[in-house]
Amino acid sequence: MASIELRNVRKAFGAVEVIKGVDLEVRKGEFMVFVGPSGCGKSTLLRLISGLEDITSGEMLFDGKVVNALAPSKRGIAMVFQSYALYPHMTVYENMAFGLTLEKGQSKEEIQRRVEKAADMLQIRQYLDRLPKQLSGGQRQRVAIGRAITRDPKVFLFDEPLSNLDAALRVATRIEIAKLHEEMNQVTMIYVTHDQVEAMTLADRICVLRDGLVEQVGSPMELYEHPNSVFVAGFIGSPKMNFISGEKAAAFNAETVGIRGEHIAIVPDNGTWSGTVIHTENLGADSYVYLEMGTEEPVVVRLDGANDYKSGDVVHIAPMEDKIHRFDGAGKPIR
Amino acid sequence: MTATFDLWKFTKSVLFYALVVFIVVVSVFPFYYAILTSLKSGTDLFRITYWPTSFDLGNYASVLNQGSFPRNLLNSVFVSAVTVIGALFIAVTASFALSRVRFRGRGLLLMTILAVSMFPQMAVLAGLFEVIRALGIYNTPWALIFSYTIFTLPFTVWVLTTFMRELPVEIEEAAIVDGASPWVIITRVFLPLMWPALVTTGLLAFIAAWNEFLFALTFTSSNDTRTVPVAIALLSGGSQFEIPWGIIMAASVIVTVPLVVLVLIFQRKIVSGLTAGGVKG
Repeated sequence: MASIELRNVRKAFGAVEVIKGVDLEVRKGEFMVFVGPSGCGKSTLLRLISGLEDITSGEMLFDGKVVNALAPSKRGIAMVFQSYALYPHMTVYENMAFGLTLEKGQSKEEIQRRVEKAADMLQIRQYLDRLPKQLSGGQRQRVAIGRAITRDPKVFLFDEPLSNLDAALRVATRIEIAKLHEEMNQVTMIYVTHDQVEAMTLADRICVLRDGLVEQVGSPMELYEHPNSVFVAGFIGSPKMNFISGEKAAAFNAETVGIRGEHIAIVPDNGTWSGTVIHTENLGADSYVYLEMGTEEPVVVRLDGANDYKSGDVVHIAPMEDKIHRFDGAGKPIR
Repeated sequence: MTATFDLWKFTKSVLFYALVVFIVVVSVFPFYYAILTSLKSGTDLFRITYWPTSFDLGNYASVLNQGSFPRNLLNSVFVSAVTVIGALFIAVTASFALSRVRFRGRGLLLMTILAVSMFPQMAVLAGLFEVIRALGIYNTPWALIFSYTIFTLPFTVWVLTTFMRELPVEIEEAAIVDGASPWVIITRVFLPLMWPALVTTGLLAFIAAWNEFLFALTFTSSNDTRTVPVAIALLSGGSQFEIPWGIIMAASVIVTVPLVVLVLIFQRKIVSGLTAGGVKG
């Protein structure tokens, strides 16, 4: 249980500044997700919070106390790495107990109780005697999470923990992490990902980063409904928001208008716009129609259920008026 | 067409195995001949034979009962073992710093270490002799341990530094988050992962120390402090005109056996892929 505050935090590697002045508050017990394209500094920011990297300038506060110079183990954090980073020569039990055995005044019984409790939470009790190499990827990642739980941290840090897992396992583990957050609602969690689906499904609040700066912080729905910039609008939501500029946007008194695929309807005639079908994707529950209508990227329309449009068909479309996002020349929303 | 092709293939494999046999014979023959000679006695020694003709352990008995040879053997074991332990300890801690701690002049330091290993023994002999006299360890096993460690370290440090660089950084970071100090990281996380490298470098350091001759000859002066290579060279017969070949060969075989045994034991311990499972893949 800790609140974290970053005040004008900067980090430079040599002459290259990676984090360019971040102000951020993570509340107690919150699940905060850092999201952004690769190279935006999200992992670096997490490593600054963990203490594995030193801050170049600025202040980092845990519960109101400056922790700039505090070693990782003294900050009350636990970290789950992308590559699991288990100790290969130790059994699952030893892996999970390692941190506790280094703490002074921990009795064997207490260590065993805590390891077993964490193992039960993650259903890995039957693997406690095995070595990491005898486990599958998903099991290894659960051990890594278990190792973090055992330390009873105030802050839980995840560095892209699901990116080495296959798609099915990723969904399953994502749900487990969500459950974990419910069970450990006292623990502040910070989670780094480049996958906006993980961000949307797990986060209490999302922090979108771009080029070492915070672009927008807010709940998933805030970001989805009221993106603060073209960048956020394009990053959050799948499929990507459609952007239309030029004359068609001028009709809405904006430089660029954004409209999500799910907010466009295909109408028989008299649509706002029209375009030629260039590709369709049927996913069963929903389907995507890609239209060529003179924009930079094809416009995607999301339809419920399957559809039978063919390439070359000309269709009329109508955006839902109240779901249109209008942006000015600087990429900022017009409200 | 096919016939010539097969002939060429046949010739190639014949040549290949002929080369293998040649290399094996050339490298094993001296040792084989030493064993052969050590089992002969009397004037038999000077008759050239390539197959065992007699089986007489008299030479072994006399070398082990003669003078200070058993003592020399113990000296060798002590000197080599302490050299290996000391060199590995220093090399492991040094390579941790050289591979994991960022500091100014790290590359230069590594190059300097490599450069040290390029000096021929002869070049430093006189200087080293003065150092050893100054330290007051002349004619003790410590003189040899000291000089062998100096010559072993560059190699050991380089190999272990390279190996440690290959260890995943995440494992170290996980240990840091777990609250491990550098010392704990080295001893409880890295050392178990470095067994293959430690065994290999340790073995090579041991062999080098075990067989070293020049320093051993220079830095010791009495029979009781010598190591076996020197002791063998100084073995003398009944008169100054007699070279006791049988005894020399028996001593050589005795000295080689521990090395062979060590290699055989540790060969099994060199398990590759020890880091498998810790990180992805």
